[in-house]
Amino acid sequence: MSPEHWTRPSRPDEQTRNGTASGPAATSAVPTREQVIAGLRATSEGGADLVQLLTPEGQRVSHPDFDIEVTDEQLRGMYRDMVLVRRADREGNALQRQGQLGIWVPLLGQEAAQIGAGRAMRPQDMAFPSYREHGVAWCRGVDPTELLGIFRGTDHGSWDPNTTGMGLYTIVIGNQCLNAAGYAMGQRFEGRVGNTGGDSADNEATMTFFGDGATSQGDVHEGMVWAAVYDAPVVFFCQNNQWAISEPTERQTRVPLYERARGYGFPGIRVDGNDVLASLAVTRWALDECRHGNGPVLIEAFTYRMDAHTTSDDASRYRLDDDLEAWKLKDPIERLRVHLVREQIADQEFLDSVDAEADELAQRFRDFCVNMPEPPPERMFSEVYAEESPVVAAQRQDYLQYLDGFADSAAGGVH
Amino acid sequence: MAVITYRQALHDTLREEMLADEDVFLIGEEIGVFEGSYKITAGLLDEFGEKRVRDTPIAEEGFIGAAVGAAMQGLRPVAELMTINFSLIALDQIVNHAAKIYGMFGGQCSVPMVMRTPGGGGQQLGATHSQNIELYYAFVPGLKVVAPSTPADAKALLRASIADNDPVLFLENLALYNTKGEVPETVEPAEIGKAAVSRPGNDITIIGYSRMATVAHQVADKLEDEEGISAEVVDLRSLRPLDRETLVESVRKTNCAVIAEDDWLTYGIGAEIAASISDGAFDSLDAPVRRVAAAEVPLPYAKPLERAALPSAESLTTAVHETLEAVGRRR
Ligand SMILES: Cc1ncc(C[n+]2csc(CCOP(=O)(O)OP(=O)(O)O)c2C)c(N)n1
Ligand SMILES: [Mg+2]
Repeated sequence: MSPEHWTRPSRPDEQTRNGTASGPAATSAVPTREQVIAGLRATSEGGADLVQLLTPEGQRVSHPDFDIEVTDEQLRGMYRDMVLVRRADREGNALQRQGQLGIWVPLLGQEAAQIGAGRAMRPQDMAFPSYREHGVAWCRGVDPTELLGIFRGTDHGSWDPNTTGMGLYTIVIGNQCLNAAGYAMGQRFEGRVGNTGGDSADNEATMTFFGDGATSQGDVHEGMVWAAVYDAPVVFFCQNNQWAISEPTERQTRVPLYERARGYGFPGIRVDGNDVLASLAVTRWALDECRHGNGPVLIEAFTYRMDAHTTSDDASRYRLDDDLEAWKLKDPIERLRVHLVREQIADQEFLDSVDAEADELAQRFRDFCVNMPEPPPERMFSEVYAEESPVVAAQRQDYLQYLDGFADSAAGGVH
Repeated sequence: MAVITYRQALHDTLREEMLADEDVFLIGEEIGVFEGSYKITAGLLDEFGEKRVRDTPIAEEGFIGAAVGAAMQGLRPVAELMTINFSLIALDQIVNHAAKIYGMFGGQCSVPMVMRTPGGGGQQLGATHSQNIELYYAFVPGLKVVAPSTPADAKALLRASIADNDPVLFLENLALYNTKGEVPETVEPAEIGKAAVSRPGNDITIIGYSRMATVAHQVADKLEDEEGISAEVVDLRSLRPLDRETLVESVRKTNCAVIAEDDWLTYGIGAEIAASISDGAFDSLDAPVRRVAAAEVPLPYAKPLERAALPSAESLTTAVHETLEAVGRRR
């Protein structure tokens, strides 16, 4: 694909289609604020630049810049991924309703964006997620039961970032983009990028995940500046699910988010986030660019948060059912299922077996959840410093002595 | 006298101040349509419109900085930070700008803004969302920090903070929003920088603020009922300026003191209080001043661990007993 793809000024027709002005050609026709908002809201179709390989009706279409060869097995695999991840997600919601989890953060509707991106990663790559990335975690080999500690409140995340290539969930919005930029700079400085000898696919890349709301944070901006300045091999994967809790995308931006990349000097691509094939194709390309030393890249996965922000939220208070209904028709799993069946890539037996596997996963997820032990009290002292600290050691000793005497007492103590 | 929640007191005061002064406006994340993470701004967008109830992009440094700018122009922004934890992203705007513009601009413009924000752990929100870091602001000349513990004080201090011509960090607490208390029909603005002897007593002084002031009251009541110990409670209400006189006066009377704070012990608010007592009431002290604070660990997430890490009525009671024992007049 040619670099002009993202540096050319917008075509006049595109301005009206997107309702936004961009590039030098547009300065004479700056749109009104109302037009901008109308344009952003009208982008339920994603606009002219949306990369799509599978229509909502399950029709395979081609794209001039991004295409991808996938085997039938890979297609079935991604279908299975999405069904299982959705099932774990729904079970998480149910467990919260039943009082087994303190909170759950649903991924419903974002399965294709995450599975496509996650499956584009290689084992040597590193992911820096926010808190909604259950699909990415799945692809990195983090078992869904490992997510439960964070939502049951027994730990802040228990998987090993080093062995899984998946950082822990980050709740302070946008923060992980900086860490990702730093990690990717390290990959570059250590010469793990751009090697041509041997298998160039062994080169590394980093990907960070964040939301549309996060794009307003200074941390995200700075992460992009750093990554650009140091040619860091990092893919900024923004899931634009149209909402930051109750705030719609127009509270965060006047231009489609992918267009921001131009300002930093790297490519920005908007992909249909409900199309797992397109997400895979675009992300694989972006990661390869990074591997070859041509990073960073911004991907905006255009999707929709089909459930509430978290189980503590009631989305009906601030958004319309109409939007939800419109997006239901673009369901990521349904469109792939239709495609698989129509093209005879999967038969009923396969679909049934995936459903049965999902039932098993749900049962295993639930059993694991309700049987999780509380962490031992001394753990609060063992996770403060990497090195033994005298202050903490003294507190631990006091506390354990105290516990010996009294049950159920406090360490927040007397000094 | 009406009995209302701390939340209601904050809401009513914001509304009244907005009605009384057109320059008062609200700014923050999710405060309009969503009515605030803790529903303090419920109904205010409908009543006052977007111009005065501003939902902002998810960018704390951005909206605190914008509020500083608005305040410099004479408006009276009341910013809501979802929790005090996210104020860290706006630290530079608060510490380097809000607190210093008055002086560095040669007194030519002041920054009459309020930053409302809840602190507090105990809600199982994890280590990054459960901190008590008001100290960071109480440390800074140029800022004021108030920390009401009752609905009536919430009202009186919020009125005072909005009327104040300097930047005020107004500390709320997640555990206090649903607590109730009597609030008079009309509440005058409090004098910022005045502590309250909220429960008189003779045997020992317990000093607290925000949530721990309410815990101090529970403990004092129980000590009185069960053991006949007469504890005096001093509710600081303001962390900067700090009312040293009231503290010292109380300790001169009781001759001993325990400080209850939700933050970490080392360098915590209690350290400053203890130093102030040592300075002002050294001759009167019959026992070392003790502090009850949180365990010095990032707040654990698991419920039993979190409970264990935070100061409690039990740990405060123990400290009172040990202090009185040291004084040699425990009954
Ligand atoms: C620094 C910071 N500010 C505010 C919050 C509160 N908060 C949690 S999620 C969220 C919305 C984020 O929206 P977006 O980035 O679009 O991600 P999504 O939840 O849609 O996946 C906000 C404001 C936070 N966690 N951290
Ligand atoms: Mg979002």
